[in-house]
Formats: sequence, C-alpha cells, structure tokens
Amino acid sequence: MFFTYLRRELRRRRKAALVVASGLALGIALVIVVTSVSAGMKQAQGKVLESLYGLGTDLTVTKAQERPAEGAQPARPRFEFQGGEDGEEQSGDRLMVQGFQTLADSTVATVAKQAGVGRAVGGLSLVNLKINGEFRRGQIQRGEGQSQGRPPGQGGTGGGPGDTVTGGGAAFDVDSFTLYGTDVTTPDLGPLTTSTVTEGRAFRTTETDAAVVVVDSAYAQQQDLAVGDELTVKGVTFEVIGIATADSGQSAAQVYLPLERAQTLSGSAGKVTTVYVEATDSTRIDAVKAAIQKNVPGTTVTTSADLAQTVSGSLDTAAGLASDVGRWLSYAVLLAAVLVAGLLTSSAVSRRVREFGTLKALGWKSGRVTRQVVGEALVHGVIGGALGIAVGLAGAYAVTAVSPTLTAELGASAGGFAGRGGGVVLGGPGGAGGPGAARTAAGRSVDIALTAPVSLTTVGLAVLLALAGGLVAGAFGAWRASRLRPADALRRVE
Amino acid sequence: MYELIGVTKQYRRGQARVDALAGIDLTIAQGDRLVVQGPTGGGKSTLLQMLGGLDRPTAGSVLLDGTDLAKLSESRLTAVRGQYIGFVFQSFNLIPTLTAQENVETALVPLGVKAAERRRRAAEALESVGLGERLAHLPSELSGGQQQRVAIARALVKRPQVLLADEPTGNLDESTRDEIADLLEGLWKEHGLTFVMVTHDSALARRAPRLATLRKGRVTVTENPKAAAPTGA
Repeated sequence: MFFTYLRRELRRRRKAALVVASGLALGIALVIVVTSVSAGMKQAQGKVLESLYGLGTDLTVTKAQERPAEGAQPARPRFEFQGGEDGEEQSGDRLMVQGFQTLADSTVATVAKQAGVGRAVGGLSLVNLKINGEFRRGQIQRGEGQSQGRPPGQGGTGGGPGDTVTGGGAAFDVDSFTLYGTDVTTPDLGPLTTSTVTEGRAFRTTETDAAVVVVDSAYAQQQDLAVGDELTVKGVTFEVIGIATADSGQSAAQVYLPLERAQTLSGSAGKVTTVYVEATDSTRIDAVKAAIQKNVPGTTVTTSADLAQTVSGSLDTAAGLASDVGRWLSYAVLLAAVLVAGLLTSSAVSRRVREFGTLKALGWKSGRVTRQVVGEALVHGVIGGALGIAVGLAGAYAVTAVSPTLTAELGASAGGFAGRGGGVVLGGPGGAGGPGAARTAAGRSVDIALTAPVSLTTVGLAVLLALAGGLVAGAFGAWRASRLRPADALRRVE
Repeated sequence: MYELIGVTKQYRRGQARVDALAGIDLTIAQGDRLVVQGPTGGGKSTLLQMLGGLDRPTAGSVLLDGTDLAKLSESRLTAVRGQYIGFVFQSFNLIPTLTAQENVETALVPLGVKAAERRRRAAEALESVGLGERLAHLPSELSGGQQQRVAIARALVKRPQVLLADEPTGNLDESTRDEIADLLEGLWKEHGLTFVMVTHDSALARRAPRLATLRKGRVTVTENPKAAAPTGA
C-alpha cells in the first residue's frame, strides 16, 4: 500500500512534485558545478605550483634574505668599460647567481637528514648577462674665437669656455638568459621535472660535469638552437643534447646544465641556491617545514601552500570566487530550495488534513502516516537529485568543453616573496640578475585552461544532499502530519 | 457494548468555554441501532467522536466492552479504532488518488493483512455494496452515492463490531439517500453491528429503534418499538 499510495500521490501532484524537485535540482546542480570548478581551480593551482616546483617536490629551502651591512651596497652586477677608439666594440659577460643568495651544498645533506624528509637535491639558479656595444666620441664645438671641428686629443683635450660637445654616447645591447644547474643524478626531483624533453635526450646520471645542456623549447626557437648545436656560456662551449618543453607554458629556466658544471662556471663551487625536498608523507609537510626551520638556520622553507598564497591574477580571482561566493551561493540556493520544498510539503499536508485525519480514524498510526509523507518528500529529493546531477554534470562538462583560460600571476607580490628567498623558485626567463632583477623574474604568469572535473565524491555528496533535502522537506510535513489529531482533522472540514 | 458515564467535553473558543457534552450518561447495547439527532452545535458529532475514540472526554468514561477509551494510550486507541470501529463520513472522505478497491484496502492496512488478502476482501466488500464493477475507479469517476458505498465498504471490510456514521446521507439527493439508508440498514441487520448514526434527516430517524436527542450537551433517549430489529443480533 505504501508504494501504491506513493506512486498515485506523485502522479496526481506531478506539477508540485516537479516544482519541489526542480528547486532541489537547481541547488544540487550548483553545488556540483561549483565543487567541480573549485576542484578544477585546485588542479590549476596545483599545475601552477608544479611549474614552480616540479613534480614530487613538497618544499624548497633557500637562503634567508640578509640585510646588507651598514653602508654596504646591495650586490648587483657591475660592468667596467674603458674608453677606446671611436666605434670600437666592447662587451662584457657576467654569469651570476640569481638573487646572490647561496647555501653551502652540505645543506642538502643536512636537510635530507631531517625527520620526514624523503629526498633532497640541490640546484643552482644562474643568470647570464651579456652587454655588447660601442662608445662614440662626441664633437666639441668651439666657442667664439676658437677653431672649430677639431677632434678631442688633437691640439689639446681641454675645452675652452663656450665650447659645447655634440653627438657621441654609447649604444649597448643587453642579452640575458637564465640557467639552471641541476642534479643529474636525481632526474625526477627538481625544476627540470616541470618540463618534458621533447627532442634529443635528458641528462644521463653520469654527466655530472659534462659540457652538455638541455635548452627550453621557447628559448631554442628564439635562438634557433637545435639538438647537436653548440651554445657558448662564458667562453665554454656546450653541446645541446635535448630540447625541453615546459608542461605549463613557462619553464623554470632557459638552459639547464649539470650542477657541478654550473657551480664551476659561475665560481660558486659547493654552492646551491635551492634545495628541493620530497617529504615521506605529504600530509606532514608542515611538520617537515618546522623541523627544517628549526635545525637548518638561516634558511627559508617554502611549501606549496606558501606558494599558493603568491598566486594572483584571474586564476586567483576565479578560485576566490569559486570558494567564497560560488560555494556559499550554491549552499544558499540549496538551503532555500530545501526550505521551499519543506514549506510546499507542509502546505501539501495542510491541504490533505482530511485525508490524513481519515487514515488515522481508520487506525493508521502516526508513524505510518509520517512515513508516507516522508516517502513522498524523499522521492522528490531523489528526482531533484537525479535532475540536479544531470544538470550539474552538464554544467561541469560545459565548463570543461569551453575551458576558459585563467592566468596565474606568480609572485606578483613579488618582491616580498623573492625577498624571502623564493627568488630562485620563481626565477623565470628574462631575469636580469640582482635582487631587483630577481623581483622582475619573480613576476611571471602562467596560463591555465580551467576544467571542472566531477569526482565520485562530488556525485556522492550530491546524492546525500538530495536525500537530506528530501528528508528535511519531508520532516516539515511529517511533523505536521504526526501532530494531527483525527478529531481536529475531521472537525476542520465539517 | 458502550457505556458512557458522566461524559463531559469542553472546548475553548477564544475566551469562552463551550460545553459540547455536559455529563452524558448513555448505554448502547451490542446490535443496537441508535440515531442521534439534535440542532447544530448540540454535540452530536462530538458524541460520535467520543464513541469512535477519535477524541477524549474532558471528564467521565467511555467504556467499550468494559475498556475505558478515555484512558487508553494514543497507540492503543488507534488500534481499537483500526480493529473494532468502522466510520462513515458525510463527505465520504475517500483518498482521491486511490481506486475504490485501494480505498477499501486502507482499512485493512492497520490490521497487517497481506496484500493479496486485502485485495480479495476489498473486492468482496465492494461487491456487497453493489460496486463489483467499479473496483478500479477513482472517487472522481464515481457518483456521490457510489462514493458513499465505497466508504461503507471501507467501514465494513474489517468486520467491525461498531459502525459509526456521521450524516452519511447529508451530501446525497433524496433517492440516493434512501438507497444508502437501505444499504446501511441491511448491513446492520446482516452483520449484527452496533450502529450509531448522526443525522438531521427525520425520515431516517424514524426508522431507528432508538433515538437520542442532544440539546446543549444533554441527551434524551426515546425508544421506537415499531422500528425493525437486527437479524444478526
């Protein structure tokens, strides 16, 4: 009788059932879309962070930024050029450590010994800055009563009163690219894991000091480099053995070379800029961070959670919207839908007072009447849930199909993050060396296509919400039905 | 069967107190057919609700075969209603979404009768009131008289000891009224029920062997020896 009665009631009140179910469906669809978009945001953020860290890296350790000594100038590249013949080409070449902050490579072993650390490898981030150009001498225009057009150095170098210098100056080209000294013995940890070698090959574990480089594909295209070509860095010729393409658009560096070779070349023997750490348990990263901070002084430890805070741009805005506005909006809609469903159910009970009063007069216990009301509401919930899941899946599929592109500005608050020692991590192409330049390097952007993956958990959550919505709505009506006294119910319609 | 001792029912209507029943003493023997009459607001329906265990008196006792309905728990009272008492209402009170047969079956649900047995007994009950061809009809597809027949079948399908009818012909035209009155009288005779009917209809009242008149919450019972006695009593 329960199912017969249920079926007949639902068929009879199709429109009301559809209104209640649609309300619930809207709320559930919103929850699915927002949850899946939010998951997509997290994935996108994860990809962005991977592009900084590389796969498998849970933390990075860098040297804490130090204040310059009283009166000392902050470290920056310095070039000296001597005046030469007019038009003589001059050039200067500097290979510098990004951010001028290094750690002794014994730090890698110290970090590796900390509790919760699985593996640790060092890396050295460098910038090669080349300045090339010429000086042109100016022409002295003699004042009144003096011969004109005499070049300086001929017939006296000093200018007389009223002399003016015209023309002259200097024209220099600045060329820079970033390099990364990577530990070739541990190829699956470190910044090169953010890229995939698409041409040629990766480093062999034996090439610890080989004159070989892997070049980022964008840089290779820009410089017209191919596998087998040669690249000269600070007078040393390297063979290009591979072209690497960054997984998320931008690479950690433009040129990768073995760590030992990078250290020698830059005069930073036994130095690293970053230690990449893989934790044994990804749920204990905070504890690992605390242990390193405590036991390895003078370092800054950065986790992916710290880095996530430096992500800005449309990805951050969208993620914020999804987690704040979207989630609350969807829950508010769902709550409203449940309340409306509850009121409609309660109102339906009011309209059926005589019906329920009659059943109670016939000997139906309150529990049986209540079950009938709750059963109907539960079916509304199931229909709403099914509709909501269908609409939600369609919405999530639409988001994935459209794949709107979001831009993540990394370290746009930039200086602060680089200043805390994250410059290495964030150092991207175009960095020009020096703390100021490191900040510029820090401000890189990554385009990520947004997807909205729907997990089974999300669908499960939707089913639970639908059933809970139905039950809550049913509870409104059931409460009224259970309190109904048959005499009152029958008297009311007399 | 029934013994009402000093039954009082008071309602609050705003600030005013209404004495629907003012200390009624009444005895109804098994197999009795009692018609209750009186002016509107005289307490007729309240008396019927007391007899049916649908409401509890403010004071006094309603004894059904020695059990005081006023003192039973709600669930026990519900069980008594489900097992012993059949109701027929003026507005039929059928479930609009259920067929005639399913409506009749609702009276068997509280008794835990299996579905197949329910269907069989419901069909038989409808057959007995002349609606054997209308089992699958919804109430909206039946006339007023047919709906009341379904309600009577529903009241009788569980083979109750008591049949309580509240204005069962109140919504029917004259010819249908007589059909229903004849049917109820026939069933009373056939089943040996204790039958209490509230009605404004004097023609029906004249057919009852006992007449209870309620005025201002007080009852006066008169006997009508000319009326027929039940065959099954």
